[in-house]
Amino acid sequence: MEQTTNIIELKHITKTYEDGYSAVSDFNLEVKQGEFITFLGPSGCGKTTTLRMIAGFDLPTEGEILLNGRPITSLPPNKRPINTVFQRYALFPHMNIYENIAFGLRQKKTPEKVIAKKVKKVLELVDLEGFENRSIDTLSGGQQQRVAIARAVVNEPQILLLDEPLGALDLKMRKEMQLELKEMHRELGITFIYVTHDQEEALTMSDKIVVMSEGKMQQIGTPEDIYNEPINAFVADFIGDSNIFNGIMTGKLKARFCGGEFACVDDVEEGTHITAVVRPEDVTLTSPERGNIRGIVTSVIFKGIHYEITVESGKNEIVAQSVHSARVGDRVGVEVEPDNIHIMIAEDHTNIFAAEINKNYELEYNGTVLPVALTDVIKGSSMLEDGTLVDSRGLEIDPKKIRVKISIKPQDIELTDDQEEGLVQGSISNMIYKGDHYSYVIHTDLEQDFVVNDEYLWNMEDQVGLVMPVEKMIFTVKK
Amino acid sequence: MIRKVWRWMVIIFVLLFLYLPILVLAVYSFTDATNIGAIRGFSVHNYVTLFTTPELRSMIAGTVVLALGSALIATVLGTMGAIGSFYSRKGMASAITTMNQVPVVNADVVTGFSICILLVVVLGISKDTYIPLVAGHVTLCAPFVFLAVIPKLKQMDPSIYEAALDLGATPFTALIRIVIPQIFPGILSGFAMAVTLSLDDYFVATYTKPATFDTISTYVVNATKGAQTTIKTALWALSTVIFLLVVLFSAVMNIRANKEERKTV
Amino acid sequence: MHRHTFSRKYLGIPYAVFLLLFVVAPLVVLIYYAFTNGQGEFTAQNLTGFFSDPNTLGTLCYSFGIAMVTTAVCLLLAYPLAFILATSKLKGKSVIVLIFIMPMWINFSLRITALKEILTWLEGNLAYHPFLNTVLGMSYDFLPFMILPIYTTISKLDGALLEAARDLGAGELQAFLRVTLPLSLPGIMSGVSMVFLPAMTNYVVLDMLYNSTYIMGSLIGSYFAAYNWNGGSMIALILLGIICLFTLLTGGAEEENTRGGALL
Repeated sequence: MEQTTNIIELKHITKTYEDGYSAVSDFNLEVKQGEFITFLGPSGCGKTTTLRMIAGFDLPTEGEILLNGRPITSLPPNKRPINTVFQRYALFPHMNIYENIAFGLRQKKTPEKVIAKKVKKVLELVDLEGFENRSIDTLSGGQQQRVAIARAVVNEPQILLLDEPLGALDLKMRKEMQLELKEMHRELGITFIYVTHDQEEALTMSDKIVVMSEGKMQQIGTPEDIYNEPINAFVADFIGDSNIFNGIMTGKLKARFCGGEFACVDDVEEGTHITAVVRPEDVTLTSPERGNIRGIVTSVIFKGIHYEITVESGKNEIVAQSVHSARVGDRVGVEVEPDNIHIMIAEDHTNIFAAEINKNYELEYNGTVLPVALTDVIKGSSMLEDGTLVDSRGLEIDPKKIRVKISIKPQDIELTDDQEEGLVQGSISNMIYKGDHYSYVIHTDLEQDFVVNDEYLWNMEDQVGLVMPVEKMIFTVKK
Repeated sequence: MIRKVWRWMVIIFVLLFLYLPILVLAVYSFTDATNIGAIRGFSVHNYVTLFTTPELRSMIAGTVVLALGSALIATVLGTMGAIGSFYSRKGMASAITTMNQVPVVNADVVTGFSICILLVVVLGISKDTYIPLVAGHVTLCAPFVFLAVIPKLKQMDPSIYEAALDLGATPFTALIRIVIPQIFPGILSGFAMAVTLSLDDYFVATYTKPATFDTISTYVVNATKGAQTTIKTALWALSTVIFLLVVLFSAVMNIRANKEERKTV
Repeated sequence: MHRHTFSRKYLGIPYAVFLLLFVVAPLVVLIYYAFTNGQGEFTAQNLTGFFSDPNTLGTLCYSFGIAMVTTAVCLLLAYPLAFILATSKLKGKSVIVLIFIMPMWINFSLRITALKEILTWLEGNLAYHPFLNTVLGMSYDFLPFMILPIYTTISKLDGALLEAARDLGAGELQAFLRVTLPLSLPGIMSGVSMVFLPAMTNYVVLDMLYNSTYIMGSLIGSYFAAYNWNGGSMIALILLGIICLFTLLTGGAEEENTRGGALL
């Protein structure tokens, strides 16, 4: 049965706080009757704020919220036929389970007989028959969660909002509750709006996922759509494991990234800067001659049903999942089927590359020590007198276990004839005139492609040095 | 071993210092003696005097009524203030908290005197209306209620209030049915503190009370200056009664607290 | 939620108004009176008078003397006791602590009466030892206010710290001096502020024990008795200044370190 009515619509919703911080900006959404929709994103992406605006706890600064076509933007929460399951349950500690569940019905002046009947029924639904007179603090986390759900659904809301409801449960309980919630959704037939930062949870439960970041909707779609066709690098990175590369279209259905040329199925105009996403399970390792690119296996981790194999090719790293093991040091070829390469037009050409930490605890790239202290790069770390690096808790940091990535914007790199002056050297492999400047792709001697904006005209195949001022670099540390 | 002896000596010494005067007075309150040290026979006449002299009875009743009344007003005001300031913007909240702190750190003499100046001298309100006295005692007590309630608000899960709204309760219902029960222990201990402060107060009462009205404190202070021995020894009886009441109250509270503890264990 | 007809924050308004009326306004009036004379003309006479009159300056010194000795006596009694109670492994500890706190709930004038009767019996005439009696009376009155904050602070100390100190080779005394004592300083500070300030102002203790020397509080009482509002206001203001200074010096009145914390 295909439902087509929109139960709730969010139109141009913006929430800006007094200090000027925008939690949500220009958010648009239509939710169909009976859907299970999930807001997915990292903490601080605005998903909870959006939920709170639907519930009525927060008012949007701009925009409109429609329930069944009627505006409810500034209707107080107690007047909305919407109920919430709170993150830490928010059960009333001074009331027993019966009173907790009856609370909403009492507000509607429901006769006591009806209340008793409904409470009994909803307790059956959440598998807590006979718990009426128990007090809240005698319940386990999972049981409290069920009471919180019962307390919300007993009011027969048109929409049930769930704010990371499983966040406080342990892994096993979480898996169980995921299935139960999904079952409950089917049984009740009401619209669920679910908030989580757990991508697996979102993929398992939802009819539709809204991926959010920095207060903006990144992508909306079915779990399959989101996983298979991520719209940008953020979504690709957030949902599942991904290899993400910067690259450029080098011809019709041909893209260059990761130091090699690959055939792809996305028809993007030649010369366009792109982001290419390849899922690790789609990376095939073959003999060196057969691969699109070649590399050396640097690590093999057994993951139960597959091996996670990291291959280094030039300065690029590709992670592959394979049922066949490999040996560290093996020379291998890397192959990817054209339809497993997801090409996105890059909105942002930020160059990202890895730096190394040498034995003196200095950051190094291409054999040059960068004039920046490691203690400034790794937040909260400090250098002891004996030269060991410790984190904010005083634990020693093993430089081999952390990776530092450097991002730098194309306009912050300068090209120079004097190759020795540059941090890295390469040749210009592509150029586009962008009106007031040229956008160059430089293929470096380390087999990486850099995007550089420069107002001067250079020629294809020119050998140049790339000058990158340290103060323009952004360092990210990964353990 | 020696250390253990030392420890007990310190404990017993301080106990004696704190309790010996009250206990000696309690023993003598059951005799005919008019001075400590004299040896006289057993008598309950001090207690008879205490409970039959109209002056003493009205003084005790007045003190209790004043304490309960001003504590009640202080509790309502202080609780409302705490809830209001807790949910207000930062500026408003810190303004209330700062003002609240003044009577807490201030000397009671200064509090009493300044209220007397404003209400009696400047505004010309007669002390006989009891307005300055009640205002003074509420000023003395309400800040402590405020301080007792604020931590309970901080401990409360803020989402339970939202949960009540979400389930259809109006903000007012949510406050009465959810927030107040949650912070009730704080309100109760604030009230108890307010009663204690009012009962113990001398200075605010001296500067604001009607000339014909006396609290226990003002009465006792004046009585010790006088030479009326029947009143003086009747006050020994009063001291003993209050001491026993405090012991009884503490015992009950302690037993209840223990029961509660066992329940949670 | 500004469109709601009722909001929790409005509940603060009555209390804010109350505080303005009975806390702020009296202080404003106090300042006005302190700097005017009986005719309502502005004058700094009250202030300069206080600091140039040997009598009032003597009172200030005497107050400080009483307060310092009382505080020292209370500290000497309370610290060992609080330390013993906090570190003991007795079972009914909370009851024992309660016994030391209970006197706070008995009307102070009645307690002073009891002490006075004992002292009269011991000394014959109280007038022979006014300073000693006053210090005894005040210590007797304020001792629980010193015991409780110190006890609370020491009980909250992490026992592992002391063990660590011993483990690192500190003797018992060293461990106490270098670990326990510095860490119990906040408790000492709040105890000191709860004894020192009342000891400067609670002149009833002196009155009841027949000590006819004035302390700062007595000055307010005498101006009050003489209907000299201006003089009294200046004394009150000076006291307020001393209190502010003292509060700043002892690290401010944190919520749990005030009288309220002690009473609960």
